[in-house]
Amino acid sequence: MSITIYPARRILTMNPARPEVTHVAVRDGRIVGAGALDELAGWGTHTVDDRFADKVLMPGLVEGHSHLMEGALWRFVYVGYHDRMDPDGRVWPGAKSIDATVARLADEEKKLADPAQPLIGWGFDPIYFGAQRCTRAHLDRVSATRTVAVAHASLHILNVNSASLKAADWLRAGIEHPGIPLGADGLPTGELKGPEAMTPVGDRVGFDRSMLAGDEQALRLFARLCVRKGVTTATDLASPLPEQALPMMRSVTSEPDYPTRIVSLLRLLGQPVPQSIERAVGLRAMSTDRLRLGIIKIVADGSIQGFSARLRFPGYYNGAPNGLWYTAPEQMQLAYELALANDVQIHTHTNGDEATALALDCLERALRKHPSPDHRFTLQHCQLADAAQFRRMKSLGMCVNLFANHHFYWGDAHYAMTVGPERAERMNACRTALDSGVPLAIHSDAPVTPLGPLFTAWCAVNRLTSAGRQLGAHERISVHDALRAITLGAAYTLKLDGEIGSIEAGKRADFAVLEDDPIAAGADGLKDVRIWGVVQGGRVFAAGAH
Amino acid sequence: MRAIPVSVLGGYLGAGKTTLVNHVLRCAGGRRIAVLVNDFGDVGIDADLIESRDGDVINLAGGCICCSYGSDLMAALMRLPQMEPTPDRVLIETSGVALPRSVARTTTLVSGLAVDAVLVVADAETVREQAADRYVGDTVLAQLREADLVLLNKIDLCADEDLAQLHRWLRETAPRAAVIDSERGAVAIELLFADDATGRDERDGRDERDGRDGRDGRDGRDGRDERDGRTGTRRIAPLGGHHAAAVFDSLGWRFAGPVDARALAMALESAELGLARVKGFVNDRDGRCWLLQGVGRRVELSPWNAPPTDGGRLLCIGARGRFDRGAVVATLERAGAGGPERQA
Repeated sequence: MSITIYPARRILTMNPARPEVTHVAVRDGRIVGAGALDELAGWGTHTVDDRFADKVLMPGLVEGHSHLMEGALWRFVYVGYHDRMDPDGRVWPGAKSIDATVARLADEEKKLADPAQPLIGWGFDPIYFGAQRCTRAHLDRVSATRTVAVAHASLHILNVNSASLKAADWLRAGIEHPGIPLGADGLPTGELKGPEAMTPVGDRVGFDRSMLAGDEQALRLFARLCVRKGVTTATDLASPLPEQALPMMRSVTSEPDYPTRIVSLLRLLGQPVPQSIERAVGLRAMSTDRLRLGIIKIVADGSIQGFSARLRFPGYYNGAPNGLWYTAPEQMQLAYELALANDVQIHTHTNGDEATALALDCLERALRKHPSPDHRFTLQHCQLADAAQFRRMKSLGMCVNLFANHHFYWGDAHYAMTVGPERAERMNACRTALDSGVPLAIHSDAPVTPLGPLFTAWCAVNRLTSAGRQLGAHERISVHDALRAITLGAAYTLKLDGEIGSIEAGKRADFAVLEDDPIAAGADGLKDVRIWGVVQGGRVFAAGAH
Repeated sequence: MRAIPVSVLGGYLGAGKTTLVNHVLRCAGGRRIAVLVNDFGDVGIDADLIESRDGDVINLAGGCICCSYGSDLMAALMRLPQMEPTPDRVLIETSGVALPRSVARTTTLVSGLAVDAVLVVADAETVREQAADRYVGDTVLAQLREADLVLLNKIDLCADEDLAQLHRWLRETAPRAAVIDSERGAVAIELLFADDATGRDERDGRDERDGRDGRDGRDGRDGRDERDGRTGTRRIAPLGGHHAAAVFDSLGWRFAGPVDARALAMALESAELGLARVKGFVNDRDGRCWLLQGVGRRVELSPWNAPPTDGGRLLCIGARGRFDRGAVVATLERAGAGGPERQA
């Protein structure tokens, strides 16, 4: 195979030995070398492809915590507060009020010919609308006959119209459930909180959970979005990975023009721990280049804004009771021990600092039993960890993937309501992680917040809330550190840093192709850097090609 | 359609939920019980009970089934009323860190299901230690606080003095619950399932309430049965016969006339009576008829359309050793004229 040499306006390699080069040479989907043209010409016969001559290349971006659901949701109507780009590159302007939400849904409703077809919106975030709640009366304005459902940004609340409630036989008095608020008339208001309240209606109005977990269409749309965001490797964190879905996932991701490497983690749930570990070992052997399997995800607690995260003293700022354990400590302990014994990596969702403490305790005990060099167990979100916990992570060899986007979307709520000013300022402590020597990644948790590592980097660099408050200036990191976190940093947490994450000889030819220079854009401009597309495994994908 | 009664079974890991599930299945006595478990690996259904397995459903001896719900309890619950044949009763085993009362609230959202009771198993040896654990202590306390019945398991591993102390502690910790002692999960089915306590279930033609003289309030389950190695008060010999079922006392009562239903219901909530279950019909002084149902220390009235021809009747039931017959009689006598009845 011949060598292609790409000159570029600037190539940021993330290789400290040659942080910047002018050319990169590619053969068989891998990097032969990064350097000057005359250095690379020494490899022999080559062609120079100057299509990126005015672009800036970075290592392909790595999203260390996202979900394929981001691809599934775009078949519905986006009604979020913030502008958001769909897989076709269309930017949907934010719906800035409940009326605007209703108006957008009404527009889409008119386009539906079949009166039986459900209308579904997603991304709704009434936290920005003060005390005003969305009720079925609002959504009845969209349609009195068609079922209308709107999923909140958190995906833990669904607002529905009267037709939807009728479909589930819930438009009646006598329903008593903390997840189903009632109006003055004794009937449900149409707000359904939590999976128990959402499921019975959701099933009848087309909000299908198995589809949301990721079908073929979702897998394709997700990848198109990745191309638009400069992402060449993205996680699906996590999936039940049903056996019947694996052939589809393997074959779609193996198609010659599938542009993304998907790392799909197996969620520890619904089967005993030893079987899950055994399954992970089996899955690992089924990996392909673009479908990496075999890591396990454990969810330790809930979410901070949902008051279901497990917090240590002094608990929630508004006095809410402590959250819930989603995995029993004994199960986590057993999983950690069996995973270390079988060389299986575990990523653990811990939002509250008590959940983080538990994970640290469990790993410390497990490591005494099964000393394991380079296990790279990773804490995901880990939003509330304090400095002492980061020091323990370092001692135990853990990595952390912090939820940098959270400050922008919910930082104001954290400050005023959930954890209060002091801990809101320390949340997602990127600076402390780096200072402690803990390998760091940062993430979007798409679709909870939009996929886009450069935006995530901007969040970590600036720590601004959407209202403009800077939360914890001390925990800001530099542009360079943030760019490292969304490339090599995230790759490291997936044990892929030997393959991807930097532009240097021997690695996969995965590049983010940028119109603008992120270094020149600086702290302020990082989120506005325009993205041309990606090179993935040596294959060129332009964002605008679809 | 009659709603299927649902019992929610909670309790921390290792308390003995699995043992209890197996005990219930052995004592099912012809009832089609659908057991929902978080996952099969945790429940460990005794192998000799299993007839066949089909994906998420295990078919068990005697028409019972066991379904694993994994992450989707709601979907599993919604399938239950559609099952052919319809289960007679549902037992949901929750995960060790779940709050069973929350699961019970969720169950109320599914039409065709009615929550009967929240049962929480506690390990007599370790429950207080767990309740003080830095990570799960508040979860364990919340489970107990919301229980209708606390099944205090493994009492054989507990000294008498410790047991008495434990009961005092549970009075505070599980204020709504009746506490039932047990060994190896063996609890009289009549205490667990309300409709069995009222003798509804006789489809197998083997109703073995001895029909002894109801006036002494005993129903034939006395020490001799235990010495005989009888297992389960219904004498449906469990396979292997190694479960020594705890015994219970009961009292049937017939009122001679109307009563103050609300006052009676409140009086029956007193912890001193040692009641685990109470069920029956009473005529109120205003002429209305009520269905009176209680589990643990929660007694509820619901309107009943067909008034009984006489003054109403109640069945009160409690674990032997906890049931204070004298106090129960005194409470019922205060409510109105009447007396113990012979059980049919």
